[in-house]
Amino acid sequence: MLKITCPWCGAREEIEFSYGGQAHVAYPADPAALSDDEWAQYVFMRDNPKGVFLERWVHSQGCRRWFNAVRHTVTHQIDATYKPGEPPPAQAGVK
Amino acid sequence: MSNAFRIAGAGRIDRNAPLAFRFNGRPLQGYAGDTLASALLANGVHLVGRSFKYHRPRGILSAGHEEPNALVQLERGAYTEPNLRATEIELYEGLDASSVNCWPSVDFDLRAAFGFASPILVAGFYNKTFKWPKSFWKKFYEPMIRAAAGLGTAPTEADPDTYDRMHWHCDVLVVGAGPAGLAAALPAARAGLRVALVEEAHELGGSLLARSAEIEGLSGSEWAARAAAELEALPNVLLLRRTSVFGYYDHNYLMAVERRTDHAGPGRMPGIARKRLWHFRARRVVLATGAHERPIAFGNNDLPGIMLANAACTYAQRYGVSLGRAGLAFVNNDAGLRHALDTHAAARNLTHIVDARVSPDPGLLRRADEAGIEVLTGHLVSTAGGGKRVSSVEVRGIDGGGARRIACDHVLMSGGLNPVVHLYSQAPGTLRYDASLTCFLPDRTLQAVETAGAINACFALDRALADGARAGAATLAALGHAAAPVPVEARDDLKLQTLWSVQTSLNTELPGKHFVDFQNDVTERDIRLAAREGFRSVEHTKRYTTNGMATDQGKTSNVVGLALLADALAKPIPEVGTTTFRPPFTPVTFGALAGRDRGALSDPVRTTPIHAWHVENGAVFEDVGQWKRPWYFPLPGEDMHAAVQRESKAVRTTAGIMDATTLGKIDIQGPDAAEFLNRVYTNAWTKLGVGACRYGLMCKPDGMVMDDGVTARLAEDRFLMTTTTGNAARVLDWLEEWLQTEWPGLKVYCTSVTEQWSTVAVVGPNSRKILQALAPEMDFSNAAFPFMSFREGTVAGLQARVFRISFSGELAYEINVPSWHGLAMWQAVMAAGKPYGLTPYGTETMHVVRAEKGYIIIGQDTDGTVTPQDLGMDWIVSKQKDFIGRRSFSRPDTARAGRKQLVGLLPADRSFVAAEGAHLVADPQRARHDPATGSPSLGDVTSSYLSPNLETGFALALLADGRALHGRTVHCVTAGGLQPMTVVDPVFFDKEGKRRDGID
Repeated sequence: MLKITCPWCGAREEIEFSYGGQAHVAYPADPAALSDDEWAQYVFMRDNPKGVFLERWVHSQGCRRWFNAVRHTVTHQIDATYKPGEPPPAQAGVK
Repeated sequence: MSNAFRIAGAGRIDRNAPLAFRFNGRPLQGYAGDTLASALLANGVHLVGRSFKYHRPRGILSAGHEEPNALVQLERGAYTEPNLRATEIELYEGLDASSVNCWPSVDFDLRAAFGFASPILVAGFYNKTFKWPKSFWKKFYEPMIRAAAGLGTAPTEADPDTYDRMHWHCDVLVVGAGPAGLAAALPAARAGLRVALVEEAHELGGSLLARSAEIEGLSGSEWAARAAAELEALPNVLLLRRTSVFGYYDHNYLMAVERRTDHAGPGRMPGIARKRLWHFRARRVVLATGAHERPIAFGNNDLPGIMLANAACTYAQRYGVSLGRAGLAFVNNDAGLRHALDTHAAARNLTHIVDARVSPDPGLLRRADEAGIEVLTGHLVSTAGGGKRVSSVEVRGIDGGGARRIACDHVLMSGGLNPVVHLYSQAPGTLRYDASLTCFLPDRTLQAVETAGAINACFALDRALADGARAGAATLAALGHAAAPVPVEARDDLKLQTLWSVQTSLNTELPGKHFVDFQNDVTERDIRLAAREGFRSVEHTKRYTTNGMATDQGKTSNVVGLALLADALAKPIPEVGTTTFRPPFTPVTFGALAGRDRGALSDPVRTTPIHAWHVENGAVFEDVGQWKRPWYFPLPGEDMHAAVQRESKAVRTTAGIMDATTLGKIDIQGPDAAEFLNRVYTNAWTKLGVGACRYGLMCKPDGMVMDDGVTARLAEDRFLMTTTTGNAARVLDWLEEWLQTEWPGLKVYCTSVTEQWSTVAVVGPNSRKILQALAPEMDFSNAAFPFMSFREGTVAGLQARVFRISFSGELAYEINVPSWHGLAMWQAVMAAGKPYGLTPYGTETMHVVRAEKGYIIIGQDTDGTVTPQDLGMDWIVSKQKDFIGRRSFSRPDTARAGRKQLVGLLPADRSFVAAEGAHLVADPQRARHDPATGSPSLGDVTSSYLSPNLETGFALALLADGRALHGRTVHCVTAGGLQPMTVVDPVFFDKEGKRRDGID
């Protein structure tokens, strides 16, 4: 079980959280302007790296707020968590 | 004679506390401080079980959790527990144990005849042998195998014990309280850190309790007792005995199970939870888990009386038990030799030591000589002889010559030591192979963990203590405390001669079975056969041969097995690698995992404020998520069918009443609330007037329907959304996700109010009269209170919000009151409805009447692949605005022809009710199971009922191109053949919708 630091509540057990997939995939400003392919990219396609991943979590059994985490998908080490709207912390391994 | 094999004056048992116990019905006696295994051995009982496959006689191999053979069924009735290791069971007065896997008895097992069939019971024999004739499998082979295989018997009665769960955060968690664990824990504890020290035995000390040792002028056990006392006195230390750490998970999360009452016997410690499941989160971990001794594969190495050397030493020194009158030790390393000599020091019964090495340590040889033991260096034990107990061994020189037979009644063996790296590996940590010690050692990990003692191949006591101190100092330093660094302790050199199997060493075939995995009866031959048959991966070989797959998870067999595989494949051992170590390290009782979450506490049960009335009035309940909802209300003598037919009729002819409290309710407030709904629902919301309601459908970005419900505008900036019962939490999550992550600029708050409101639905042509009687001041006329609106007022003397919405097509009202008034409102409505025959109904009738109208239920008529257009609900999809999912409606796959569409189905045989989920096919001639010639499935039935109002069975279905097929016949696949059904519009009843305003 991971130990995850909610940016608002602090370190809590993983069971308090829900996973939200890849971070920084914004809802397109004008979906109608996108080609079918571009729209399909938004709807269906997500990165699945072996390594550092920027991903979304929500503290669903706590403050119920969303945030982002920098997690290594192999080691499960979480380098940082940060609030939505904030840029990912400049860290080694983050593109 | 009782306790004939006790060594006078030896051991840590209490000779003033004799304990009576039974084994296989035979009364025996042991002492406080014994394990079941030590007490059996003290009474000369070596034959304790039969093996898994061949039903060979088996004895006790070890003195700890690695035991593969001595599995027993402990106690009877509700307290019975199968497959416990006799080596770990603390003896108590009245203990009652029996052997597993033997029939009719352990002494005389008829299935031992399987031994003669062993040529066909080789690796993979299930797949190879029992194939012909095919019909024999079900009736003969499978029952026979099932009867013969398996170990103990699971209890059939409910577990009478209770179990607890504990959560513990600490600075340092030390696993194992042997010399290294104690040495590592002491500095952290003295520094005031929050330390947890976990030991699986009832006494701290580990090997200190089982070897001759002297530390700081004290005996090993005295030193351990002093350390225990010091730790116990510190308030910052949690000391857990009888506790096994079985899993090491991410971010230093470890789990352990504490046995709190087992040592006293079942039911002897009332009021105390039998076990506690500990969840640890530690800043640093120290693993001081020790090492297992390794068996050697030689002929009939499984005979009772053949034991690991360190186990023999433990029985002699800790329990004062000797294994027989004339023993022989077979070793290939100094540790094993030392164990043999330490055993002899107490038991004085070794006659021979057979050492595979040509020149063992001279000091140890001298000890053997002084003790009068004949040492055969450069020799091997090739086979053991005996029936239910070893009676002799054949010894050969390492060149294969000079065979001689030596009589003995027990054999000690040591093929080297395996550090217990299981938890480290789970951490996860990588392992590296040490060729001189022929074992795997901890290598690298990202977890905050130190290893200490024998796990690091620091086997000898002084090295283990020094390595523990080093791990303790390193832990302190890592936590920012001043600690003088201690140099890394050199690994022990066991002067080990590589020896996995005597056959391999002699490069010749020897008689007898050469066991690798004792519990699963896997022999060296099986592993070589697997290699010959093409198995290359250690993981595949494990599964094919079942080596290491028994309840002991291969603690004594894995390394030997993979070494033999490497030999057969002519590959170096590191290249073959180990199998994955997975939790649990030792078996964990289900009860401990469940804890208090049993029965009613296994999952929360949600009931409405009206629930008590439903129970009193005989409702049969259905689980909807965690909710208990009335399914139907049978009258005396009615079955479900009769009740539902009556209820459905009442709703259409007079009035029904339903508890709709469970519908999800979300209060949505804020200046941007209407705009927000506009974005999440497919239809428009900004122009909805205050006091009005609207049905809405929400989709995911892929355009698939996610939920539906009626939302009312309570005020300009306030809406009350309803969701399906099962989706309430998911919809709230969904709304909050979009508000927080995509539209943080919208000023909207969402609050779940499901539990705050109770909803009573009054449905049917007479509902208006009933409402009017309850609320004389309110105007219920169509003009004043139209469909899809709500009014606030006093109903039955209670402040209420009444919605005129309908899920049946009938004139209907839903009365919302604060939940504490729910029951009062229900009772008032029941009383007012009495003159009209107001009939309570449940979810089944709700389903029937809504399906008659073609109203969908999300999750029943949809499955996440269905668009609003598929449902024929284009009317609710706005062309003017954007909303979640809209762009997907023009995706090629969503817009294509041939998608499954919602249709109605009417059977040719009016009594036929299709099974929900049944497939629909076009051509009855081709409807066979053969995919090449069969008729393809065109869709499936999603809802199906018998309607008293239509007087026929009917169904909703998703059918490919269904709307173009109205009037055509499709065939519903049933177990009894095909049933023709006509495709129709999904609205079966009151197509014009006249009834919603009432029919008078």
